[in-house]
Amino acid sequence: MTQRTSLYQTHIDLAAKMVDFGGWDMPLHYGSQLDEHRSVRENAGIFDVSHMTIVDVSGDKASDYLRYLLANDVAKLDKPGKALYSCMLNEQGGIIDDLIVYLLKPNFYRVIVNAATRDKDLAWMNEQAKSFNLPHLAPQSGLAMIAVQGPEAFEKLNKVLGPACTRTLEALKPFEACALATVAEIFGCYEPCNLVTFNNLTGLFIARTGYTGEDGFEIILPAKDAVSFWQQLIDAGFAYCGLGARDTLRLEAGLNLYGSDMDETTTPYESNLAWTVVLNGDRDFMGCKALETQKQNGVPRALVGLVLHERGGILRGHQKVQVKEQGEGEITSGTFSPTLNKSIALARIPVTNQTDCTVEIRGKLYPVEIIKPPFVKRGQRKSHL
Amino acid sequence: MNNIPTELKYTRTHEWVRQEADGTYTIGITDHAQHLLGDIVYVELPEIHRAAKAGAEISVVESVKAAADVYSPLSGEVVAINEKLNDEPQLINSSPYGEGWLFKLKVSDSSLNDLLDAKIYEEHIGSS
Repeated sequence: MTQRTSLYQTHIDLAAKMVDFGGWDMPLHYGSQLDEHRSVRENAGIFDVSHMTIVDVSGDKASDYLRYLLANDVAKLDKPGKALYSCMLNEQGGIIDDLIVYLLKPNFYRVIVNAATRDKDLAWMNEQAKSFNLPHLAPQSGLAMIAVQGPEAFEKLNKVLGPACTRTLEALKPFEACALATVAEIFGCYEPCNLVTFNNLTGLFIARTGYTGEDGFEIILPAKDAVSFWQQLIDAGFAYCGLGARDTLRLEAGLNLYGSDMDETTTPYESNLAWTVVLNGDRDFMGCKALETQKQNGVPRALVGLVLHERGGILRGHQKVQVKEQGEGEITSGTFSPTLNKSIALARIPVTNQTDCTVEIRGKLYPVEIIKPPFVKRGQRKSHL
Repeated sequence: MNNIPTELKYTRTHEWVRQEADGTYTIGITDHAQHLLGDIVYVELPEIHRAAKAGAEISVVESVKAAADVYSPLSGEVVAINEKLNDEPQLINSSPYGEGWLFKLKVSDSSLNDLLDAKIYEEHIGSS
Protein backbone atom coordinates (compact mmCIF):
# COMPACT_ATOMS: atom_id res chain seq x y z
CA MET A 1 0.00 0.00 0.00
CA THR A 2 1.67 3.21 -1.13
CA GLN A 3 1.41 6.36 0.93
CA ARG A 4 0.13 9.69 -0.33
CA THR A 5 1.17 13.22 0.53
CA SER A 6 -1.39 15.93 1.26
CA LEU A 7 -0.81 17.17 -2.33
CA TYR A 8 -1.71 13.83 -3.95
CA GLN A 9 -5.05 14.98 -5.40
CA THR A 10 -3.42 18.22 -6.58
CA HIS A 11 -0.87 16.22 -8.56
CA ILE A 12 -3.62 14.11 -10.13
CA ASP A 13 -5.56 17.24 -11.04
CA LEU A 14 -2.40 18.64 -12.65
CA ALA A 15 -2.21 15.47 -14.82
CA ALA A 16 0.98 14.19 -13.19
CA LYS A 17 2.42 10.84 -14.13
CA MET A 18 2.64 9.15 -10.73
CA VAL A 19 5.26 6.60 -9.66
CA ASP A 20 6.09 4.63 -6.54
CA PHE A 21 9.07 6.25 -4.82
CA GLY A 22 10.19 4.60 -1.59
CA GLY A 23 6.64 3.50 -0.83
CA TRP A 24 5.11 6.84 -1.74
CA ASP A 25 2.91 7.63 -4.71
CA MET A 26 4.75 10.66 -6.12
CA PRO A 27 4.66 12.77 -9.32
CA LEU A 28 7.40 11.79 -11.80
CA HIS A 29 6.54 14.65 -14.16
CA TYR A 30 3.56 16.69 -15.32
CA GLY A 31 4.16 16.29 -19.07
CA SER A 32 7.81 17.02 -19.78
CA GLN A 33 10.59 16.33 -17.31
CA LEU A 34 13.02 18.28 -19.54
CA ASP A 35 10.84 21.40 -19.52
CA GLU A 36 10.54 21.17 -15.73
CA HIS A 37 14.31 20.83 -15.42
CA ARG A 38 14.88 23.94 -17.55
CA SER A 39 12.30 25.90 -15.55
CA VAL A 40 14.35 25.37 -12.41
CA ARG A 41 17.68 26.25 -14.09
CA GLU A 42 16.29 29.37 -15.77
CA ASN A 43 13.40 30.58 -13.59
CA ALA A 44 11.97 28.75 -10.61
CA GLY A 45 10.14 25.53 -9.83
CA ILE A 46 8.38 23.79 -6.94
CA PHE A 47 8.52 20.18 -5.80
CA ASP A 48 6.38 18.24 -3.35
CA VAL A 49 8.91 16.55 -1.06
CA SER A 50 6.48 15.77 1.75
CA HIS A 51 7.56 12.14 1.66
CA MET A 52 10.81 13.07 3.43
CA THR A 53 11.00 11.99 7.07
CA ILE A 54 11.14 14.75 9.70
CA VAL A 55 12.30 13.76 13.19
CA ASP A 56 12.63 16.22 16.05
CA VAL A 57 15.27 15.29 18.60
CA SER A 58 15.25 16.81 22.07
CA GLY A 59 16.42 16.13 25.61
CA ASP A 60 19.27 17.24 27.83
CA LYS A 61 21.74 14.97 26.00
CA ALA A 62 20.39 15.63 22.49
CA SER A 63 23.54 17.46 21.44
CA ASP A 64 25.89 14.79 22.82
CA TYR A 65 23.76 12.14 21.17
CA LEU A 66 23.91 13.74 17.71
CA ARG A 67 27.63 14.39 18.07
CA TYR A 68 28.00 10.63 18.49
CA LEU A 69 25.40 9.60 15.90
CA LEU A 70 26.63 11.75 12.99
CA ALA A 71 29.92 11.96 11.08
CA ASN A 72 29.61 15.73 10.78
CA ASP A 73 29.69 17.66 14.05
CA VAL A 74 26.55 19.46 15.27
CA ALA A 75 28.80 21.47 17.62
CA LYS A 76 29.41 23.63 14.51
CA LEU A 77 25.82 24.87 14.75
CA ASP A 78 26.36 27.99 16.79
CA LYS A 79 22.95 29.63 16.64
CA PRO A 80 19.31 28.58 16.25
CA GLY A 81 18.34 27.96 12.63
CA LYS A 82 21.75 26.79 11.48
CA ALA A 83 21.93 23.46 9.67
CA LEU A 84 24.43 21.02 8.32
CA TYR A 85 24.54 18.06 5.98
CA SER A 86 25.82 14.78 7.42
CA CYS A 87 26.08 11.06 6.94
CA MET A 88 24.86 8.67 9.63
CA LEU A 89 27.29 5.74 9.70
CA ASN A 90 27.36 2.19 10.92
CA GLU A 91 30.30 0.79 12.86
CA GLN A 92 32.12 -0.11 9.62
CA GLY A 93 31.86 3.49 8.40
CA GLY A 94 29.18 2.53 5.86
CA ILE A 95 26.47 5.09 5.22
CA ILE A 96 23.09 4.26 6.78
CA ASP A 97 21.61 7.48 5.40
CA ASP A 98 22.40 11.09 4.57
CA LEU A 99 20.47 13.87 6.26
CA ILE A 100 20.19 17.52 7.19
CA VAL A 101 20.11 18.50 10.85
CA TYR A 102 18.88 21.91 12.08
CA LEU A 103 19.52 23.41 15.48
CA LEU A 104 16.22 24.93 16.62
CA LYS A 105 17.25 25.75 20.19
CA PRO A 106 19.79 24.33 22.64
CA ASN A 107 19.36 20.55 22.79
CA PHE A 108 16.51 20.69 20.30
CA TYR A 109 17.19 19.61 16.73
CA ARG A 110 15.19 18.84 13.61
CA VAL A 111 16.58 16.01 11.49
CA ILE A 112 15.39 15.32 7.93
CA VAL A 113 16.17 11.88 6.52
CA ASN A 114 15.15 10.05 3.36
CA ALA A 115 11.70 8.57 2.83
CA ALA A 116 12.78 5.11 1.68
CA THR A 117 15.06 4.62 4.70
CA ARG A 118 12.61 5.85 7.33
CA ASP A 119 12.10 2.60 9.25
CA LYS A 120 15.73 1.50 9.42
CA ASP A 121 16.85 5.04 10.30
CA LEU A 122 14.41 5.35 13.18
CA ALA A 123 15.32 1.88 14.47
CA TRP A 124 19.02 2.79 14.35
CA MET A 125 18.51 6.20 15.93
CA ASN A 126 16.47 4.70 18.75
CA GLU A 127 19.06 1.99 19.33
CA GLN A 128 21.90 4.51 19.59
CA ALA A 129 19.80 6.75 21.84
CA LYS A 130 19.91 4.17 24.62
CA SER A 131 23.40 5.28 25.67
CA PHE A 132 22.36 8.93 25.88
CA ASN A 133 19.68 9.05 28.50
CA LEU A 134 17.11 8.44 25.77
CA PRO A 135 16.68 11.78 24.04
CA HIS A 136 13.16 12.17 22.76
CA LEU A 137 12.85 11.19 19.09
CA ALA A 138 9.65 12.51 17.60
CA PRO A 139 8.89 11.57 13.98
CA GLN A 140 6.59 14.34 12.77
CA SER A 141 3.31 13.73 11.03
CA GLY A 142 0.74 16.15 9.71
CA LEU A 143 3.40 18.19 7.94
CA ALA A 144 4.04 18.87 4.26
CA MET A 145 7.32 19.90 2.66
CA ILE A 146 7.66 21.92 -0.53
CA ALA A 147 10.98 22.77 -2.20
CA VAL A 148 11.09 26.06 -4.15
CA GLN A 149 14.20 26.20 -6.32
CA GLY A 150 15.78 28.31 -9.05
CA PRO A 151 17.37 31.70 -9.75
CA GLU A 152 13.98 33.43 -9.30
CA ALA A 153 12.95 31.41 -6.22
CA PHE A 154 13.72 34.21 -3.77
CA GLU A 155 11.86 36.88 -5.70
CA LYS A 156 8.79 34.72 -6.29
CA LEU A 157 8.62 33.31 -2.76
CA ASN A 158 9.01 36.83 -1.39
CA LYS A 159 5.94 37.82 -3.38
CA VAL A 160 3.94 35.02 -1.77
CA LEU A 161 5.11 35.67 1.80
CA GLY A 162 4.63 39.41 1.69
CA PRO A 163 6.75 42.42 2.70
CA ALA A 164 6.74 41.68 6.44
CA CYS A 165 9.01 38.69 5.78
CA THR A 166 11.35 40.14 3.14
CA ARG A 167 14.16 41.06 5.50
CA THR A 168 14.09 37.69 7.24
CA LEU A 169 14.14 35.86 3.92
CA GLU A 170 16.99 38.02 2.60
CA ALA A 171 19.07 37.44 5.71
CA LEU A 172 18.77 33.68 5.40
CA LYS A 173 22.12 32.23 4.32
CA PRO A 174 22.53 28.78 2.74
CA PHE A 175 21.91 26.11 5.38
CA GLU A 176 19.98 28.43 7.66
CA ALA A 177 16.33 28.20 8.60
CA CYS A 178 13.78 30.65 9.98
CA ALA A 179 10.23 30.43 11.20
CA LEU A 180 7.24 32.44 10.08
CA ALA A 181 4.01 32.57 12.01
CA THR A 182 0.60 32.89 10.48
CA VAL A 183 -0.70 36.29 11.49
CA ALA A 184 -3.89 36.40 13.51
CA GLU A 185 -5.08 33.14 12.05
CA ILE A 186 -5.24 34.67 8.59
CA PHE A 187 -3.82 32.09 6.28
CA GLY A 188 -1.54 33.56 3.66
CA CYS A 189 -0.35 36.39 5.88
CA TYR A 190 2.91 35.80 7.70
CA GLU A 191 5.36 37.47 10.01
CA PRO A 192 8.78 36.37 11.25
CA CYS A 193 8.83 34.67 14.62
CA ASN A 194 11.39 33.24 16.97
CA LEU A 195 12.44 29.67 16.23
CA VAL A 196 12.64 29.03 19.95
CA THR A 197 8.99 29.81 20.46
CA PHE A 198 7.96 28.52 17.05
CA ASN A 199 5.05 26.15 17.08
CA ASN A 200 5.50 24.05 14.00
CA LEU A 201 1.85 23.22 13.66
CA THR A 202 0.73 26.72 12.81
CA GLY A 203 3.41 28.39 10.71
CA LEU A 204 6.12 27.94 8.11
CA PHE A 205 9.60 26.56 8.70
CA ILE A 206 11.80 27.84 5.86
CA ALA A 207 15.35 26.70 5.17
CA ARG A 208 17.70 27.92 2.45
CA THR A 209 18.51 24.42 1.24
CA GLY A 210 17.73 22.25 -1.73
CA TYR A 211 18.70 19.42 -4.03
CA THR A 212 19.07 21.15 -7.39
CA GLY A 213 22.28 23.20 -7.28
CA GLU A 214 20.25 26.43 -7.48
CA ASP A 215 19.37 29.02 -4.88
CA GLY A 216 16.15 28.09 -3.16
CA PHE A 217 14.26 27.10 -0.07
CA GLU A 218 12.66 24.07 1.49
CA ILE A 219 9.47 24.89 3.35
CA ILE A 220 7.80 22.77 5.99
CA LEU A 221 4.19 23.64 6.75
CA PRO A 222 1.04 22.07 8.20
CA ALA A 223 -0.31 19.47 5.76
CA LYS A 224 -3.75 21.07 5.85
CA ASP A 225 -2.32 24.27 4.35
CA ALA A 226 -0.26 22.58 1.63
CA VAL A 227 -2.84 22.65 -1.18
CA SER A 228 -3.56 26.37 -0.95
CA PHE A 229 0.10 27.26 -0.41
CA TRP A 230 1.06 25.20 -3.49
CA GLN A 231 -1.56 27.10 -5.50
CA GLN A 232 -0.20 30.45 -4.27
CA LEU A 233 3.26 29.41 -5.44
CA ILE A 234 1.91 28.50 -8.88
CA ASP A 235 0.06 31.84 -9.04
CA ALA A 236 3.38 33.56 -8.27
CA GLY A 237 4.90 31.97 -11.37
CA PHE A 238 6.59 28.83 -10.07
CA ALA A 239 6.56 25.85 -12.44
CA TYR A 240 5.46 22.62 -10.77
CA CYS A 241 8.05 19.88 -11.18
CA GLY A 242 8.23 16.17 -10.50
CA LEU A 243 10.83 13.82 -9.09
CA GLY A 244 12.19 13.15 -12.59
CA ALA A 245 13.46 16.70 -12.92
CA ARG A 246 14.62 16.62 -9.31
CA ASP A 247 16.84 13.67 -10.22
CA THR A 248 18.45 15.24 -13.31
CA LEU A 249 18.93 18.52 -11.42
CA ARG A 250 20.64 16.87 -8.44
CA LEU A 251 22.86 14.80 -10.71
CA GLU A 252 24.00 17.88 -12.65
CA ALA A 253 24.70 19.49 -9.28
CA GLY A 254 26.80 16.46 -8.27
CA LEU A 255 24.59 15.62 -5.28
CA ASN A 256 24.44 11.97 -4.27
CA LEU A 257 21.25 9.93 -4.15
CA TYR A 258 21.11 7.56 -1.20
CA GLY A 259 20.69 3.94 -2.28
CA SER A 260 22.24 4.59 -5.70
CA ASP A 261 25.46 6.55 -5.19
CA MET A 262 26.09 5.44 -1.61
CA ASP A 263 24.83 2.85 0.84
CA GLU A 264 25.92 0.81 3.86
CA THR A 265 28.83 -0.71 1.91
CA THR A 266 30.44 2.64 1.06
CA THR A 267 32.09 5.19 3.33
CA PRO A 268 31.86 8.98 2.96
CA TYR A 269 35.47 8.93 1.66
CA GLU A 270 34.39 6.64 -1.16
CA SER A 271 31.35 8.83 -1.83
CA ASN A 272 32.92 12.26 -2.47
CA LEU A 273 31.77 13.31 1.01
CA ALA A 274 35.06 13.67 2.90
CA TRP A 275 34.10 17.32 3.49
CA THR A 276 31.20 16.19 5.68
CA VAL A 277 33.37 14.19 8.10
CA VAL A 278 34.90 15.85 11.18
CA LEU A 279 37.48 13.32 12.28
CA ASN A 280 39.96 15.15 14.47
CA GLY A 281 37.59 16.75 16.89
CA ASP A 282 37.12 16.26 20.61
CA ARG A 283 34.70 13.39 20.17
CA ASP A 284 34.15 9.80 19.18
CA PHE A 285 31.38 9.11 16.74
CA MET A 286 29.82 6.00 15.31
CA GLY A 287 32.04 4.74 12.49
CA CYS A 288 35.03 6.96 13.27
CA LYS A 289 37.42 4.07 14.01
CA ALA A 290 36.67 2.51 10.63
CA LEU A 291 37.13 5.85 8.88
CA GLU A 292 40.47 6.45 10.62
CA THR A 293 41.65 3.01 9.53
CA GLN A 294 40.52 3.58 5.96
CA LYS A 295 42.27 6.94 5.89
CA GLN A 296 45.52 5.40 7.14
CA ASN A 297 45.40 2.45 4.74
CA GLY A 298 44.36 4.58 1.79
CA VAL A 299 40.91 4.96 0.31
CA PRO A 300 40.64 2.49 -2.58
CA ARG A 301 37.69 3.89 -4.49
CA ALA A 302 36.35 7.32 -5.38
CA LEU A 303 33.00 8.61 -6.51
CA VAL A 304 33.65 10.72 -9.62
CA GLY A 305 31.71 12.42 -12.37
CA LEU A 306 31.71 11.11 -15.94
CA VAL A 307 30.82 12.97 -19.13
CA LEU A 308 30.13 11.24 -22.45
CA HIS A 309 31.12 13.76 -25.10
CA GLU A 310 30.30 11.70 -28.16
CA ARG A 311 27.04 10.15 -29.24
CA GLY A 312 26.47 6.57 -28.20
CA GLY A 313 23.68 6.40 -25.71
CA ILE A 314 22.86 7.42 -22.18
CA LEU A 315 25.04 6.54 -19.20
CA ARG A 316 22.99 4.50 -16.72
CA GLY A 317 23.42 2.93 -13.31
CA HIS A 318 25.36 -0.39 -13.24
CA GLN A 319 27.17 0.12 -16.56
CA LYS A 320 30.78 -1.06 -16.27
CA VAL A 321 33.62 1.45 -16.21
CA GLN A 322 37.20 0.52 -17.18
CA VAL A 323 40.09 2.60 -15.87
CA LYS A 324 43.29 1.87 -17.80
CA GLU A 325 45.64 -0.35 -15.80
CA GLN A 326 43.70 0.36 -12.59
CA GLY A 327 40.69 -1.83 -12.84
CA GLU A 328 36.98 -1.72 -13.06
CA GLY A 329 34.28 0.43 -11.58
CA GLU A 330 30.58 0.97 -12.02
CA ILE A 331 28.20 3.81 -12.75
CA THR A 332 26.04 4.51 -9.69
CA SER A 333 23.62 6.86 -11.42
CA GLY A 334 23.53 8.24 -14.91
CA THR A 335 21.24 10.34 -17.02
CA PHE A 336 20.92 12.83 -19.82
CA SER A 337 21.96 16.31 -18.73
CA PRO A 338 19.57 18.87 -20.23
CA THR A 339 21.98 21.73 -19.41
CA LEU A 340 25.01 20.10 -21.07
CA ASN A 341 22.97 18.32 -23.76
CA LYS A 342 25.20 15.31 -23.05
CA SER A 343 24.99 12.23 -20.91
CA ILE A 344 26.54 12.45 -17.43
CA ALA A 345 26.97 10.03 -14.54
CA LEU A 346 28.38 9.46 -11.09
CA ALA A 347 30.59 6.37 -10.91
CA ARG A 348 32.59 4.60 -8.26
CA ILE A 349 36.00 3.72 -9.67
CA PRO A 350 39.51 2.88 -8.39
CA VAL A 351 41.27 6.07 -7.21
CA THR A 352 43.13 7.49 -10.21
CA ASN A 353 44.83 10.59 -11.61
CA GLN A 354 43.66 9.74 -15.09
CA THR A 355 41.27 12.12 -16.79
CA ASP A 356 39.40 9.60 -18.88
CA CYS A 357 38.18 6.03 -18.91
CA THR A 358 35.76 3.92 -20.89
CA VAL A 359 32.15 2.88 -20.31
CA GLU A 360 30.43 -0.08 -21.89
CA ILE A 361 27.04 0.70 -23.42
CA ARG A 362 25.22 -2.13 -25.20
CA GLY A 363 28.43 -4.06 -25.73
CA LYS A 364 30.44 -1.12 -27.13
CA LEU A 365 33.16 0.84 -25.33
CA TYR A 366 32.94 4.63 -25.28
CA PRO A 367 35.55 7.07 -23.93
CA VAL A 368 34.26 9.31 -21.12
CA GLU A 369 35.90 12.20 -19.31
CA ILE A 370 36.43 11.94 -15.54
CA ILE A 371 35.58 15.13 -13.63
CA LYS A 372 35.08 16.21 -10.06
CA PRO A 373 31.37 16.96 -9.62
CA PRO A 374 29.40 19.21 -9.94
CA PHE A 375 28.73 19.32 -13.67
CA VAL A 376 26.57 22.43 -13.34
CA LYS A 377 26.74 25.09 -10.66
CA ARG A 378 24.15 27.84 -10.21
CA GLY A 379 22.86 27.35 -13.74
CA GLN A 380 26.32 27.45 -15.31
CA ARG A 381 28.05 24.42 -16.78
CA LYS A 382 31.66 23.84 -15.79
CA SER A 383 33.69 25.91 -18.21
CA HIS A 384 35.14 23.17 -20.38
CA LEU A 385 32.08 20.90 -20.56
CA MET B 1 -5.84 9.87 -24.71
CA ASN B 2 -3.68 7.87 -27.07
CA ASN B 3 -3.63 8.77 -30.71
CA ILE B 4 -3.95 5.62 -32.86
CA PRO B 5 -4.39 6.51 -36.56
CA THR B 6 -6.64 3.98 -38.29
CA GLU B 7 -4.65 3.91 -41.54
CA LEU B 8 -1.56 2.41 -39.87
CA LYS B 9 -0.64 -1.11 -38.80
CA TYR B 10 0.80 -1.89 -35.35
CA THR B 11 2.79 -4.44 -33.36
CA ARG B 12 2.29 -5.65 -29.83
CA THR B 13 5.67 -4.11 -29.05
CA HIS B 14 4.34 -0.63 -29.93
CA GLU B 15 5.83 0.02 -33.38
CA TRP B 16 3.70 1.37 -36.23
CA VAL B 17 4.00 0.68 -39.99
CA ARG B 18 2.84 2.80 -42.91
CA GLN B 19 2.86 1.56 -46.51
CA GLU B 20 4.12 4.37 -48.75
CA ALA B 21 3.14 5.05 -52.36
CA ASP B 22 6.62 4.02 -53.54
CA GLY B 23 6.19 0.57 -52.02
CA THR B 24 8.47 1.14 -49.00
CA TYR B 25 7.30 0.88 -45.40
CA THR B 26 7.88 3.59 -42.83
CA ILE B 27 8.28 2.55 -39.19
CA GLY B 28 8.14 4.40 -35.91
CA ILE B 29 6.97 4.00 -32.32
CA THR B 30 3.42 4.71 -31.22
CA ASP B 31 2.05 7.64 -29.27
CA HIS B 32 1.38 5.22 -26.42
CA ALA B 33 5.05 4.14 -26.42
CA GLN B 34 6.41 7.70 -26.38
CA HIS B 35 4.03 8.52 -23.50
CA LEU B 36 5.32 5.58 -21.49
CA LEU B 37 8.95 6.49 -22.14
CA GLY B 38 8.70 10.21 -21.44
CA ASP B 39 11.17 12.74 -22.87
CA ILE B 40 13.27 11.01 -25.53
CA VAL B 41 16.90 12.11 -25.55
CA TYR B 42 18.77 9.62 -27.75
CA VAL B 43 18.00 7.37 -30.71
CA GLU B 44 20.27 4.70 -32.12
CA LEU B 45 19.19 4.26 -35.74
CA PRO B 46 20.03 1.21 -37.88
CA GLU B 47 22.56 1.52 -40.69
CA ILE B 48 21.29 1.93 -44.20
CA HIS B 49 21.24 -1.38 -46.15
CA ARG B 50 21.11 -3.34 -42.95
CA ALA B 51 18.90 -6.40 -43.15
CA ALA B 52 15.91 -6.25 -40.84
CA LYS B 53 14.24 -9.34 -39.48
CA ALA B 54 10.66 -9.28 -38.30
CA GLY B 55 10.53 -9.38 -34.51
CA ALA B 56 14.26 -8.72 -34.04
CA GLU B 57 15.86 -5.67 -32.40
CA ILE B 58 16.78 -3.00 -34.89
CA SER B 59 16.99 0.31 -33.05
CA VAL B 60 17.14 1.75 -29.53
CA VAL B 61 15.17 4.70 -28.20
CA GLU B 62 16.33 6.20 -24.90
CA SER B 63 14.34 8.55 -22.71
CA VAL B 64 15.60 10.33 -19.61
CA LYS B 65 14.15 7.40 -17.71
CA ALA B 66 15.01 4.25 -19.68
CA ALA B 67 16.33 2.61 -22.85
CA ALA B 68 13.83 0.73 -25.00
CA ASP B 69 14.55 -1.67 -27.87
CA VAL B 70 12.66 -1.18 -31.11
CA TYR B 71 11.73 -4.39 -32.95
CA SER B 72 11.37 -4.48 -36.71
CA PRO B 73 7.74 -5.21 -37.61
CA LEU B 74 8.77 -6.65 -41.01
CA SER B 75 11.71 -8.37 -42.67
CA GLY B 76 13.52 -6.44 -45.38
CA GLU B 77 16.29 -3.93 -46.00
CA VAL B 78 16.71 -0.53 -44.37
CA VAL B 79 16.57 2.03 -47.19
CA ALA B 80 16.24 5.28 -45.22
CA ILE B 81 16.73 6.54 -41.66
CA ASN B 82 15.45 9.71 -40.04
CA GLU B 83 18.76 11.47 -39.39
CA LYS B 84 16.93 14.49 -38.00
CA LEU B 85 16.42 12.45 -34.83
CA ASN B 86 20.17 12.60 -34.11
CA ASP B 87 19.81 16.26 -33.19
CA GLU B 88 16.12 16.36 -32.30
CA PRO B 89 15.14 13.05 -30.69
CA GLN B 90 12.22 14.80 -29.02
CA LEU B 91 10.45 14.80 -32.43
CA ILE B 92 9.33 11.31 -31.39
CA ASN B 93 7.46 12.88 -28.47
CA SER B 94 5.95 15.75 -30.41
CA SER B 95 5.14 13.87 -33.63
CA PRO B 96 5.39 10.09 -33.23
CA TYR B 97 3.59 9.35 -36.52
CA GLY B 98 5.05 12.25 -38.49
CA GLU B 99 8.46 13.89 -38.09
CA GLY B 100 9.37 11.32 -35.45
CA TRP B 101 9.50 8.33 -37.83
CA LEU B 102 12.54 6.07 -37.40
CA PHE B 103 13.40 4.23 -40.62
CA LYS B 104 12.03 2.90 -43.91
CA LEU B 105 12.20 -0.68 -45.15
CA LYS B 106 12.15 -2.20 -48.61
CA VAL B 107 10.30 -5.45 -48.13
CA SER B 108 10.60 -8.31 -50.61
CA ASP B 109 7.83 -10.52 -49.37
CA SER B 110 5.46 -8.10 -47.77
CA SER B 111 3.17 -9.67 -45.29
CA LEU B 112 1.27 -7.23 -43.16
CA ASN B 113 -1.03 -10.00 -42.04
CA ASP B 114 0.75 -10.53 -38.77
CA LEU B 115 0.36 -6.89 -37.83
CA LEU B 116 -2.47 -5.39 -35.80
CA ASP B 117 -5.00 -2.90 -37.06
CA ALA B 118 -5.78 0.19 -34.98
CA LYS B 119 -8.74 -1.35 -33.20
CA ILE B 120 -6.85 -4.47 -32.10
CA TYR B 121 -3.86 -2.37 -31.04
CA GLU B 122 -6.10 -0.14 -28.97
CA GLU B 123 -7.51 -3.21 -27.23
CA HIS B 124 -3.99 -4.50 -26.72
CA ILE B 125 -2.76 -1.36 -24.93
CA GLY B 126 -6.01 -1.10 -23.03
CA SER B 127 -5.43 -4.52 -21.54
CA SER B 128 -1.69 -4.21 -20.92
